Amino acid sequence: MLAFVVRRFLQAALVMLVVGVIAFFMFRYIGDPVNQMVGVETSPEQRAALRERLGLNDSAMAQFLRFGWNAVQFDFGISYQFKQPVADMILARLPATLELSIVSALIALAVGIPMGVFTGLKRHALTSKLFLTISLIGVSLPTFLIGILLIYIFAVELKWLPSFGRGETVDLGFWRTGLLTRSGLEAIILPSITLALFQLTLIMRLVRAEMLEVLRTDFIKFARARGLTNRVVNYGHALKNTLVPVITITGLQLGSIIAFAIITETVFQWPGMGLLFLQSVQNVDIPIMSAYLLLIAFLFVSINLVVDLLYYAVDPRLRVQR
Amino acid sequence: MAPAKKSGPVLEVKNLRVAFATRRGMLVAVDDVSFAIGEGEVLGVVGESGAGKSLTGQAIIGLLEPPGHIAGGEIRLDGSRIDNLPYEGLRRIRGKEIGMVFQDPLTSLNPLYTIGRQLIETIRTHLALSPAAARKRAIDLLAEVGIPSPARRIEHYPHQLSGGLRQRVVIALALCANPRLVIADEPTTALDVSIQAQIIAVLKKLCREHGAAVMLITHDMGVIAETADRVAVMYAGRLAEIGPVRDVVQRPQHPYTRGLMGSIPKLGARTRRLTQIEGSMPRLNAIPSGCAFHPRCPQAFERCPRERPELLPAGASLAACWLHAPAEAAGLG
Amino acid sequence: MSKAPLLSTTEQSPPPGLLARAFDSDLAYSFLRSPITMAAAAVVLLFALIALFAPWVSPRNPFDLATVSLLDSLLPPSWAEGGDARFLLGTDDQGRDLLSAIFYGTRISLVVGLASVAFAALLGISLGLLSGYLGGTLDAVIMRIADVQLTFPAILIALLIDGVVTALIGSQGDADTAYFVLILSIGLSFWVQYARTVRGSTMVEKSKEYVQAARLMGLSSFTIMRRHILPNVMGPVLVIATINLALAIILEATLSFLGVGVPPTEPSLGTLIRVGNDFLFSGEWWITFFPGLALALLALAVNLLGDWLRDALNPKLR
Repeated sequence: MLAFVVRRFLQAALVMLVVGVIAFFMFRYIGDPVNQMVGVETSPEQRAALRERLGLNDSAMAQFLRFGWNAVQFDFGISYQFKQPVADMILARLPATLELSIVSALIALAVGIPMGVFTGLKRHALTSKLFLTISLIGVSLPTFLIGILLIYIFAVELKWLPSFGRGETVDLGFWRTGLLTRSGLEAIILPSITLALFQLTLIMRLVRAEMLEVLRTDFIKFARARGLTNRVVNYGHALKNTLVPVITITGLQLGSIIAFAIITETVFQWPGMGLLFLQSVQNVDIPIMSAYLLLIAFLFVSINLVVDLLYYAVDPRLRVQR
Repeated sequence: MAPAKKSGPVLEVKNLRVAFATRRGMLVAVDDVSFAIGEGEVLGVVGESGAGKSLTGQAIIGLLEPPGHIAGGEIRLDGSRIDNLPYEGLRRIRGKEIGMVFQDPLTSLNPLYTIGRQLIETIRTHLALSPAAARKRAIDLLAEVGIPSPARRIEHYPHQLSGGLRQRVVIALALCANPRLVIADEPTTALDVSIQAQIIAVLKKLCREHGAAVMLITHDMGVIAETADRVAVMYAGRLAEIGPVRDVVQRPQHPYTRGLMGSIPKLGARTRRLTQIEGSMPRLNAIPSGCAFHPRCPQAFERCPRERPELLPAGASLAACWLHAPAEAAGLG
Repeated sequence: MSKAPLLSTTEQSPPPGLLARAFDSDLAYSFLRSPITMAAAAVVLLFALIALFAPWVSPRNPFDLATVSLLDSLLPPSWAEGGDARFLLGTDDQGRDLLSAIFYGTRISLVVGLASVAFAALLGISLGLLSGYLGGTLDAVIMRIADVQLTFPAILIALLIDGVVTALIGSQGDADTAYFVLILSIGLSFWVQYARTVRGSTMVEKSKEYVQAARLMGLSSFTIMRRHILPNVMGPVLVIATINLALAIILEATLSFLGVGVPPTEPSLGTLIRVGNDFLFSGEWWITFFPGLALALLALAVNLLGDWLRDALNPKLR
């Protein structure tokens, strides 16, 4: 057991290292940090002095270590475009993105898994075919199109819900939440559904496929041969075996949701990290890009680690044999 | 309420037909097969892969996979028909009246549940026992099939047991509700040769002690010779020969059975060439007319491709071969 | 009396090439049995033809600035009030005929989509073959890179590569460079699945006897990989490629919508939608709606084909 955990940690550390190297290279060697910070009138001597002061003449390794050390302390440099510390900007927007992502993930799981189970068990029912058709449309429609469609129907035509922004937020000290106000809750409905839809259909199809696969196995046949009731076979055996691989995938989906938030935040003008990142790509604002990369990598790696450990807890075959 | 001893066979299969609807038409995989198994008897069903043995077993327990279906005939358990029962009716019979043992013990057990859990849920499905009583019965069963330290092993997961032990658990599961009949479909094929004999012995012992009849499906003639009371030989979905095991093995009456026996190496006998039956078993969509074996039969004559032979008395057995029709037998002497 | 029985060895001959099996009646049979799949194939074919012959089937050329006039801008579809019979689906904010813009946009979407998938497949198959066949450190390194990349969703990778490459070459890049960068980004986000699948199949095939035989005959590794192993791993690759195509088309549209995809002078369907989004609230719905419909239909049809292909080529589902 311990060996497994250690190995996973090492893998996670490796990924962070690789990403860190990439982020560092972007940060330091793409574009010229000095040029971004000074005006055109600055003399070459002043530039050279600035270079020295920023430590840009040290060895690559030294700079890399400094970069890493700063990153751990949440110092990601100054944004080229906004001239503000990147860390502050990101942290200010982190709650917005996380709230949106988590609500979407919950929706996707709460709807996707039952639908998947249903369409897996009752393959030939009419409702199943209906769900599958809807799911196919869900996978084929790009997220931004869904967002636009929802905005048009619910915000423009019906005027039930707001079409942009986060509504009123409440400051809890370290976290600004939109979930405690009515306008905040109204504002999060459309974006979270938009974000959830793609993941929902993926989860549903995955659960269905796994379910069908499991229902074909020998131990299910043997369970039926033993005369166990349909309920026990379907929900006791098939479902449990289906959910084990589903756990892994849904964990990865959470990471995917955070990334797809970029699109949703753009469509709904949701003030989150994703929108910030997009702007940084458009404006070639390297510090923000590299900071976002590091942060996202950290989030993903952590999620993966947690999912792996969960997997381990659920599947007895992975535990040490006596 | 149950009568002390039932008269008549435990299982009666009459003119069973199993067919598959494919886009190329209806394929008949089991064609007009009839046999009976008496109380406590062990009937071996032997034949090459694809001869229809497993399908017969699956048809009896009602687990044919679509598009396979029973296209004709009757199956009777203790006199009452079971082939036309609805799903729930069949489910009640499965496990309780008919038990089944599959080939691969690794895939037969759910890897996520302990063997105890799988045993107890089966026991409680069919017998009205409290959890504690069911658990005790499970431990007793494990001991019966020869699993050491059953009280400890009951908490183990399938992957923690060796192949042979797992198959013993499977046998215990098949017998835990005291069924009248156990269908064992290639129970030893997936096991090491050294363990095969043990498992067969366990199976035989348990069935005898629980009074269950056995339908032992296998392609291994050696197992049949050791274990069965009677044996049925299947070829291309049909019965070629059926009779007491000693007679069929030592005095086979059907040319196919003779070929089978001749191709088995025997220790101690004078070294002689193994006979080989020329050709191979026909595919389901290309079954020859008349007797399905006639293209490969060294003794075929003009009646064989014309008419399909029925099971005719041949010594102590029955053989589906025109050689045993009274006129022919007299003619060939 | 009979000849000495020949003991037949069980050879492991190469399975019949998947392409040969594909044209066997089983696949065609499954195809003809499903009207939805046939409809999807027809739609895809229609889009492909439109894309191919866009210059000839479009009523007018939306990129020819001489024929585009601002006076014609924001006209609704021809059947609506205020519409003009010249512009069937209306015009956008620059006065471009929407129908023609959709045709050309489809062409761009399909070209970028196909090119990206081709690139991803090429890269992925090559790396997968090398990784599976040669094994060792190369295999370990490639798989590690794949694992790291798989942690991140495609859109993130595409955005990142796009941003980095743009930063490196500056914004003086012309339209062609933009296309190149786009195809590169999308392609690089998708190679991993090909690599993994091909690697798996290669490792299975490698141990079969016909490969050993080929090696004994002195064929080079490269020839073996190309001539013997490759045909046998193409089946799953085809399924992945079809589903990938839909994803690539959607990804390109998304990137264009976000403003980092194709250059704005040659709008793809995604760009058109973005343009239309600005006018949605003022009531000019058609600029978003029709390109959106086209995009959705195309992606749906490709997805349906991919689904059918996957089910038809999956022996377990028969």
